[in-house]
Amino acid sequence: MTLAPKHQRLVLVLLAVAALVGAAVLAMWGLADRAAYFRTPQDVSAGRAEVGVPLRLGGMVKAGSIRREPDGVTVAFTLTDGVADVPVRYRGIVPDLFKENSGAIAEGQLGPDRRFTADNILAKHDERYMPPQMGNQAAELKTRETAK
Amino acid sequence: MIAEAGLAALWLAASLALLQFALSLLGNRIGELRTMVVPVAVAQGLLTLFSFVMLIWLFIRTDTSVQLVVANSHSAKPFIYRVAGTWGNHEGSMLLWVTVLTVAGALLALVERRLPEKSLRATLGAQALLALGFFGFLLVASNPYARLNPAPDNGQGLNPLLQDPGLAFHPPTLYLGYVGLSIAFSLAVGALVTREVGPAMARAMRPWVLGAWVLLTIGIVAGSYWAYYELGWGGWWFWDPVENASLMPWLATTALLHSINVLAARGSLRAWTIMLAVVAFSMSMIGTFLVRSGILTSVHSFAVDPTRGSFILGLLVFYTGGALLLFALRVSSVREGARFDPVSREGALVANNLLLSVILGTVFVGTLYPVLVEAVSGDKISVGPPYFNAVTGPIVLILAALLFIGPLLRWRKDSRPNLRRIAAPAIVTAVALAATFLDPAMGWLPRLGLAFAAGLGIASFLPLAGRNLRRTPLTIWGMVVSHLGIAVAMAGAAADSSLTRETLAAARPGEVLSVGPWTVRFVGVDPVGGPNWTAIEGHLVATRGDTSIRLDPQSRYFSNPATETTEAAITTRLDGQLYTVLGHREGDRWQLRLWWKPMVTLLWLGGALIALGGFLALIGRIRREKSRPTVFAEARA
Repeated sequence: MTLAPKHQRLVLVLLAVAALVGAAVLAMWGLADRAAYFRTPQDVSAGRAEVGVPLRLGGMVKAGSIRREPDGVTVAFTLTDGVADVPVRYRGIVPDLFKENSGAIAEGQLGPDRRFTADNILAKHDERYMPPQMGNQAAELKTRETAK
Repeated sequence: MIAEAGLAALWLAASLALLQFALSLLGNRIGELRTMVVPVAVAQGLLTLFSFVMLIWLFIRTDTSVQLVVANSHSAKPFIYRVAGTWGNHEGSMLLWVTVLTVAGALLALVERRLPEKSLRATLGAQALLALGFFGFLLVASNPYARLNPAPDNGQGLNPLLQDPGLAFHPPTLYLGYVGLSIAFSLAVGALVTREVGPAMARAMRPWVLGAWVLLTIGIVAGSYWAYYELGWGGWWFWDPVENASLMPWLATTALLHSINVLAARGSLRAWTIMLAVVAFSMSMIGTFLVRSGILTSVHSFAVDPTRGSFILGLLVFYTGGALLLFALRVSSVREGARFDPVSREGALVANNLLLSVILGTVFVGTLYPVLVEAVSGDKISVGPPYFNAVTGPIVLILAALLFIGPLLRWRKDSRPNLRRIAAPAIVTAVALAATFLDPAMGWLPRLGLAFAAGLGIASFLPLAGRNLRRTPLTIWGMVVSHLGIAVAMAGAAADSSLTRETLAAARPGEVLSVGPWTVRFVGVDPVGGPNWTAIEGHLVATRGDTSIRLDPQSRYFSNPATETTEAAITTRLDGQLYTVLGHREGDRWQLRLWWKPMVTLLWLGGALIALGGFLALIGRIRREKSRPTVFAEARA
C-alpha cells in the first residue's frame, strides 16, 4: 500500500496533529491528576490536599516543634503557614539548613490522620535560594505578625 | 585595561554582526560583496572569543575592580574554580553563549562548501541576526565588564555547590550543544529564504545536529551524575525545571537527528525537518530563558533576574516567531518528498518522531504549566515527578519497543517485515519479564523497563547481522552503539528504582550496619580541611565476601559564602554502587545513610554509550561527506 504523494503528505500532517493533540490530552490528564503537587498547611486543614498521594508540603518550621526520636534518625516537627499547622514525621538526614523559623518543603504523603510522612526534606538550598512559594509565605507571615 | 579591551572587542564584534547581516541582504545585488561575508564572520568569531578570554583572565586575577568578579569569585578559590567562575554567573554564561554562537558561525562560513552560495549567505545572515540579539542583550542589559568603584579587597565567592569539577564543565558542554543548534536553525531559515529545502541542506545540517546532540547528551548525563553524587540524595533525575530545560532541546534534537537522515537519504520529511530544526533551537532558548528568568521554582535559582528574563523572552518571541512566520509563508513552496510505505524505515522514523514529540509536548506543558496557572489565577503550584513519570514512562517504553523493529526495516518499502530476526530479542524480553516476577513487589514500569532493556540489548546488534564488521560504515556502528546505550541506560534506571536497598541509622563509632550484601563498620569521625572549607569526615569500612573497602563521606563547611554541603562517598563495583552519606551528630551517635544500588552505573554508562554512538556517526559522516564528489544529486525513489 503506497499512498499518492499528496495523500501521504496529508497523512503525515494528520499524524503530526494527532501527536500534538495526544500530547496535550495526555498532559492535561496527567496535570488534572497530579498537578496539585505543592500544598500549604492551610490547604491541608481546609481538606484541599489528597490523602495518600505524593505531595509537597511547604511552610515554616514552627519554633520549638522539632523533636528527635530515640533512633537518632527520625525527626518530628510542625510545618506552619501562620494559619494552620501540620505535624510532619521524617526518617532521614535533614538538610544542614533545616532549622526553626526557617522555610522547608516536605515531600511525601498525607496520612488519613492528617499527619504528613516525608520521604525527603528540602530546606533553603543556600543563602540565595528560596522557592518562590516559600518567599511569598515568609512575606505574608511577616505582615500578619506586624498586623497583630 | 583588560576589561576595556574585552568590552571594545565585544562592541566591534557586534558591529561586524550587523555588517554581516547587511552583507547577506545586499549580497544578491552587489556581486563582489559576497566574498566579504566569510572574513567578516571569522573576524566576528575571533573578536568574541578574545573578549571571552579577557573575562577569564579577569577572573583568574580576581580583579576586584570588576563588579562581576567581585560578585562571583574570591582569590582563595582553587584556580580551576576561578576559571569556571567565569561562566558560573549570568553575564559570563551569556558571553560564553555568544562566543560559541559566533565561533560556530565562523566555522560554518569556513568549512561549508556544499551548500549553494545563496543559501549559505542567507544562513550566515540568519546567524548574524541571532548573534546581534544576544550581543545587544549583553551590551545593553548585562555588561560583564562593569567596573566597581571603589574596588573591595576581595570577592564574595562562588556558591560551593558549584565548586565541583563536574559542574565546572557541565554548563559549557550544554551551551556548546544549545548553540550548535543555532546553526541548524540558521540553515533551516536560510533554506526557507532561498527555497532550497532538500537533501543538500540536510547533509550540511547533519554534522552540526550530530555534534550538538552529542554535547547535549554528555551535558545531561554529566549533570545527572553531578546531582547524584553532589546533592547527596541518591537520586539522579528530579524533573527540576532546569533539568527539563536541557531535556527538551535534547528530545527535539533526537527527533531532528532521525528525520534529517530521512531527508538526506530519501528526500522525504522536508517541512517536518525544517520545523524540528526551528523547534530544537527554540527549546534551547526557552531553556536559557527558564534558567535565567527565575520564573520557576528550581534548586538552580542561583542565577535569577526577572528583567533579563523578559529580554530573553523578547528575543525568543522574535526569533521563534519570525522563523515560524517564514515557515508558514514558505511551506507551500517546499517540494514534496519521496513517497514511502507506512511499514518502512521512513515509517518507523516518523513514528519515532511523533513519540518523541509527544514526550517533548508533555514535558513542555508540565514545565510551563505552573507559570501559566500563576499568570492566569495567581495560584502557585508546582508540577513534580508524579506527573512526569506517569506521562513519559509509558511512551518511553513504546519508543523502546519501536527500536526492536525500526532499524531492521528497509527504506521506502517493507511490506513483509522479517519477524524471524526479532525472535531472539523477543524471547529474551519474555524471559527477562518472567524473571522480574522473582520480586513480586516490583512496579510495572521498572518490570517492563528491565525486560525491554534486556531484549533491546540484543536487538540493537541486529543491524550488524550478516555484515562484514570491518567494512560496516561508522554511521551504522554509531546507531548500534547509541541504541545499545538506550537499553543499558533503561536497565540502570529500572534497576535503581526497584532494586535499591537502603539503611538509615544513627551509629556509635565501632557499630556495624548492613545494607544489601554489604556489612559496614562505622570507625569514627575526624575533622579535615581543604583549600576553602573544613569538614567532618566519617570513616566507614564496607565488607562483602573477601573485599573490604574504606569510605570517607564528608560534611563540608564553606566560609565564603557560609554554606554546608554533603560529600557522599561512593564506591563503584562491577554490579553496582555503594553510596554513603554522613549526617548530623546525635549525642554520641552519627547519622549514616547507606544505599546499595545494584546496576545503577548502567545509567551513566548507557548515557556515555549514547553519546559515543553519536560521536562515531559524526566521524563517519564527516569522512563520507569528504569523499562525496557531487552533492546536488538528490536521492530519488
